[in-house]
Amino acid sequence: MPPLELLLQQAFNGLMLGVMYALIAVGFTLFFGVLDVIHFSHGDIFMLGAFAGLSVLAGLHAVGIGDGAVALALAFLVSILITGLVGVAAERVCVKPLARSSPLMTLLATLSLGLVIRESVLIFYPRGADPKRFPQLLPQGGFELGGVAVRYENLAILAIGFCAMVAVDLIINRTRMGAAIRAVAQDPEAAQMMGVNLDRTVDATFFIGSGLAAVAGILSGLYYGEVHFIMGITGGVIGFSAAAIGGLGNVYGAIVGGLLFGMLQTTSAALIPRGSEFRDVVAFAVVMLFLIFRPSGILGEKSVERV
Amino acid sequence: MSHPESSSHLSRREILRGSAVVGVALALGPAAPALAQKKTVKLAFIGPLTGGTASNGLGGRNSFLLAVQERNADPKSKYQYETEVLDDECKPTVAVQAALKASSDPRVVAGVTHYCSVTAIATVDTYHKAGMPAMVWGAVLPEITYSHDYIEITRVNGTMINQNNVAADFAVKALGFKTFALIHDTTDYGRAHAKWFTEFVEKAGGKILSAQGTAKDQKDYAAELTRAKGDKPEVIWYGGLTPDGVRVKVQMDKLGVRAQFQGTSGIKSDTYNETAGPSAEGTLAFVEGAPTEKLPGGKKFLDAYGKAAFKEPAEAYGPFAYVAANLVIDAIEAVGPDRAKVAQRLKRTKNANTIIGPVEFDDHGQNTVALISKYVSQDGKWVLWEDSEYASGKRTLPGLKYKKL
Repeated sequence: MPPLELLLQQAFNGLMLGVMYALIAVGFTLFFGVLDVIHFSHGDIFMLGAFAGLSVLAGLHAVGIGDGAVALALAFLVSILITGLVGVAAERVCVKPLARSSPLMTLLATLSLGLVIRESVLIFYPRGADPKRFPQLLPQGGFELGGVAVRYENLAILAIGFCAMVAVDLIINRTRMGAAIRAVAQDPEAAQMMGVNLDRTVDATFFIGSGLAAVAGILSGLYYGEVHFIMGITGGVIGFSAAAIGGLGNVYGAIVGGLLFGMLQTTSAALIPRGSEFRDVVAFAVVMLFLIFRPSGILGEKSVERV
Repeated sequence: MSHPESSSHLSRREILRGSAVVGVALALGPAAPALAQKKTVKLAFIGPLTGGTASNGLGGRNSFLLAVQERNADPKSKYQYETEVLDDECKPTVAVQAALKASSDPRVVAGVTHYCSVTAIATVDTYHKAGMPAMVWGAVLPEITYSHDYIEITRVNGTMINQNNVAADFAVKALGFKTFALIHDTTDYGRAHAKWFTEFVEKAGGKILSAQGTAKDQKDYAAELTRAKGDKPEVIWYGGLTPDGVRVKVQMDKLGVRAQFQGTSGIKSDTYNETAGPSAEGTLAFVEGAPTEKLPGGKKFLDAYGKAAFKEPAEAYGPFAYVAANLVIDAIEAVGPDRAKVAQRLKRTKNANTIIGPVEFDDHGQNTVALISKYVSQDGKWVLWEDSEYASGKRTLPGLKYKKL
C-alpha cells in the first residue's frame, strides 16, 4: 500500500475512533464544567450503555419486532434512558453527598462505583465474563475512495456520532436547560440567585453526559461487532484524556480532543517503527505534554484555575 | 373411614420400608463414623475469574470443582477435600497476592494454578518459597517449568514450543502458505508465541513480513491491520487470547484484509466462535493434547460436567484443570496431606492415565506428551482438522480461496 494511502486510511481509522472517544469525552467535560467533578465511573457507564443496547436488541429480536432501523432506534432510546438515569443516580450517590469533602473522596467514590457497575455486569449478565457479539444492524459493504476503504456502516456511525454532538450543542446553546447548565458552569451561586434550579440542572447534565456515553457504547458495539464488560476501563481513561487535551469544561474541546486522540493512536501505529507497541505511549505522552505546557487544553480556559 | 385391607397393606409397606432403613443403617453403620472422621484437606484453585479471559478461568474453576466433588463423593477417598478458589485476573500482581494467600495457609496442601502465562511465571518463586506444590493447568510459556529446578512446579498441559512447531509446519508445509503478518499481545505469552512461531515458520521455509505488538485488551486493531494489509500477507497470525483474537478477526473482515486467520491455543474457546459469529469460519487454532471427546475418559468428563450444570462451558483448558486436580488428589491420597511429599510424588508422575491421555513429567515437571491438535472453526464450532470438511476438501479455507484470486 502506498504511504499516502496508508496514512489516509489510518487517518480515517482515527476519525472512527475519535468520534466514539469524543462522545465519552463530552460527558467528562460536562460533569467537570458544571460541578468540577471528575466522574471516573463514566467509562463503565459507556460500557453499561452498550450492554443495555445489546439487551434491548436481543429482546426485540426475541419478540420478532425486527433487526432494522426501528430496533436500533429503540435500542438507542432505551439505552440513553437507562444510562441517563444511572448517571443521575451516580451523581446522587457518589457526588452530591461528598460535595463538601475533598475532591479525592468523589474521585474514589466514582472509581468504586465504576467497579461495582463492571462487576455487576460480570456477575448478573448471562455469562457476563465473555465478550458478547453485537448485532450488525448497519448497512454492510463499502467502496474505495482514493485508496481508502470506506464501509457504509462507518459512514452511518460517523453520521450518528456527529448528530449526537450537534444535538448536545443545540441543547446547550438553544434551550433553557442548556442556558441553566452554562450558567451553573460559570457561577453556580449567581445562577441560583437568578432562579436556576441547581439540582435539576445537575441532574440534566448527568443525564445528557451519560446518555452520550450510551450512544458511544452502542456505536462501539456496531463498529467492533462485540462488547465486553471491561471495555469501559480503556474507554473511560481515553475519554478523560481526550477531554483533558481538548480542555476540561469545554464541549467543543472534548470533541477536538477525542478526534485528536484517535488520530494520534492510529497514525503513530502507522508512522513509527514498531508503532503499534507505542500507540498508547505516544497518545498518552501527548496528554502529559498538554498537562505540563497547556493544562487548559486546546480550547479550555476555565480549567486553568481548576486543574 | 379407612378400609381395613388398605390399612393392613399400608402398615405392611411401612414395616418393609422401616426394615430397609434399619438394614441400610446397620450396613453403613461401621462406615458412617469413618465418613464423619475423614480429615479435611484444602486445595487451591487460581485462575482468571474476572477480566478479559474470565471465560477460560471460570471453565477451569468449574472443572477443578467437578474433580473435587467427584472425589468427595467417592467413599474410597481417604480425605474430605475443601476448596479455596482465588481470582488472579490474569494480572501478575494480583496473581502473586493470590499465590501468597493460598501458600501462606498451612491447610492448603497444593494448588491447581493459573491459565495465563504472565501470572504463572510471576508466581513460581512464591510457590517455591512456600514449598507448596502448584500444578499449572493452562499457561504455555516454556519458562514456567524450564527456567528453574523447583520441585513444587509442574504443568499438565504442553508448552508453546511444540504448539508453534506444529502450527508453523502445518501452515507452510501442509497448507502451502508462505507469507505471514504477525500481530501479538505484548505480554510474555504473546511475545514468546511470536518468537517461537517466527523461528519455526522460517525453518519451514515461510517468511514473516511484519510483526506488531499490541496491548492486551486493546479494542481497536484497525491501525495494525491496515499496516499488515499493505504487506499483502497470505496469513494473519495472532498471538494472544480470545477477546483480542475475536476483535482482530472481526476487524480484519471489516477492513477487507484478504488472508487466512490463524491463532494460538489462546483463542480456542467456545466464546471465540460465539462472539466472532460468521467471522470465525475457517479460523485455525492449535491446542496441546487430543480433543477431550475423543479420549476414553473425555465423554465421561463432558457428561459429568453437563450434569453438574455449571453456568459456563469448560472451555479448551477445563479438562487440563480437571486432570491437574485429579493428579494432585491422587498424590495426596498416596502420600498424605504433606506439601513436600506431595510435591515429590507429583514431580515423579509417570504414565498417569487421564482424560487428556497419558501424563508423564520430565525433570522439570513438564508433561512430555507433545501431542498437538489442529482445529478449524466450522459452522460455529471448533472441529478437529482431520474431521473437518476443510480437510476432506468439501470446503476451502478462506486463505486458500484468496490465494487463488
